[in-house]
Amino acid sequence: MMIYADVLVIGGGPAGLSSAITTAEKGAEVVLVERDDTLGGQLVKQTHMFFGSKNEFAGSRGINIAENLRKKVNENDNIKVFLNSTAQGYYDDGIVGISHHERFKKIKAKKVIVATGASEKMLPFPNNDLPGVYGAGAVQTLMNVYGIVPGENVLMIGAGNIGLIVSYQLLQAGVNLVGIVEADSEIGGYLVHASKIRRAGVPIYTEHTIQEAKGKSNVEKAVICELNDNWEEIPGTEKELEVDTICLAVGLKPISDILIQADCEMAYAPQLGGDVAVRDENLQTTIEEIYVAGDSAGIEEATAAMLEGELAGLSALMDLGISKKISKKQRRKTKENLASLRRGPVGRKIREGLKITKEGNDAGKNRYTHIR
Amino acid sequence: MKRLKKHPVLDFERGKKISFKYNGKKIKAYKGETIAAALHAAGVKKLKHSSRLNRPRGLFCAIGNCSSCLMEVNGIPNVKTCVTKVKKGMTVKEQEGNGDL
Repeated sequence: MMIYADVLVIGGGPAGLSSAITTAEKGAEVVLVERDDTLGGQLVKQTHMFFGSKNEFAGSRGINIAENLRKKVNENDNIKVFLNSTAQGYYDDGIVGISHHERFKKIKAKKVIVATGASEKMLPFPNNDLPGVYGAGAVQTLMNVYGIVPGENVLMIGAGNIGLIVSYQLLQAGVNLVGIVEADSEIGGYLVHASKIRRAGVPIYTEHTIQEAKGKSNVEKAVICELNDNWEEIPGTEKELEVDTICLAVGLKPISDILIQADCEMAYAPQLGGDVAVRDENLQTTIEEIYVAGDSAGIEEATAAMLEGELAGLSALMDLGISKKISKKQRRKTKENLASLRRGPVGRKIREGLKITKEGNDAGKNRYTHIR
Repeated sequence: MKRLKKHPVLDFERGKKISFKYNGKKIKAYKGETIAAALHAAGVKKLKHSSRLNRPRGLFCAIGNCSSCLMEVNGIPNVKTCVTKVKKGMTVKEQEGNGDL
């Protein structure tokens, strides 16, 4: 069976939902594919309030933003949603295969927007594979989606925004947070979050790392130690902490599999979490029919993902010739909003990464030649 | 491990109480929970072992990315238990070997 559409959106998180809504509202026939059984992506476990300067989502909690987007998608007859569906590949004839309830379906869309999100990074240390070592997202899923306490005594690794926010959420759930370990000399996340945690009496160990986890079939202890200016472990500074859970919040990397398989040119941009698709300022990749948005285009926050979803959607509409004039005007506004979100010292890293995505580089380009 | 009853921001609307079998033992769960979440709430953290070195493995990403939670469910091997919802009467087992189709 072949399903036809103007736009296929892969991924039902903040970016994908925004793309689907933006394109469907202007009359495009949209198919939205999501591997989970609910829409919303990682927003469904974000209990904290978003802040930003002048975007429309400031002051809302992620869970409510997800609900709002989900409602808009469900109310729009132009959007056909396939849940429990994973995109399997993009073929030369522009067909995307999906598995839907263990059946294979083919989708032929004029434009494809890839918004597949991110996966968590690992940190190398002995026994990092023991049960009880969780990604920060897993801790959020257990705690905020299912209401299950992830552990009794938790050590957080990473004091970026995710580490700090999940730490605060652990405290809200009444879990004993033993401390936060951060290799850098400074806290990476917003100080508003850090001071909440400090006020609760939780130590933040900057210039520290986790040396190893100890335990037989579960985490029973964590050994941390100080780092010198060259990020080398200082012998004799080891501290043993009694914990049953180690939560890793050491960054995310874009999920780019389908972009790589489709043969989009990739670039290595560490500022954006790893390999990302080379694209123009309208989020069109080197394959004309394919656009990227959200974390799969480079790790940022959910607000940026939603704006990128909108931008990719508007670009697809313009290239399809649907509401060209209005889309163009709206696209200019969306770009301004994105630029203002990425302004200032906080957005510097992102801006550097984006520069690479426009120019491309050999590191990303040559990495996948062997699979062609 | 315990299930949260009160939370300052969230209300947990749990589904019907059901039970399933894990390695022959009866485990209580709520409808709507994933297998891995229900096992975690019952104190089961080890979900599988690595194939070469037999090291214990458990949940890591909880969104179907990492394959650290593969188990045998109703006789089917390599099921991602972190994204598979628990069902009444289900049989869940720690898997031996790589599984066969």
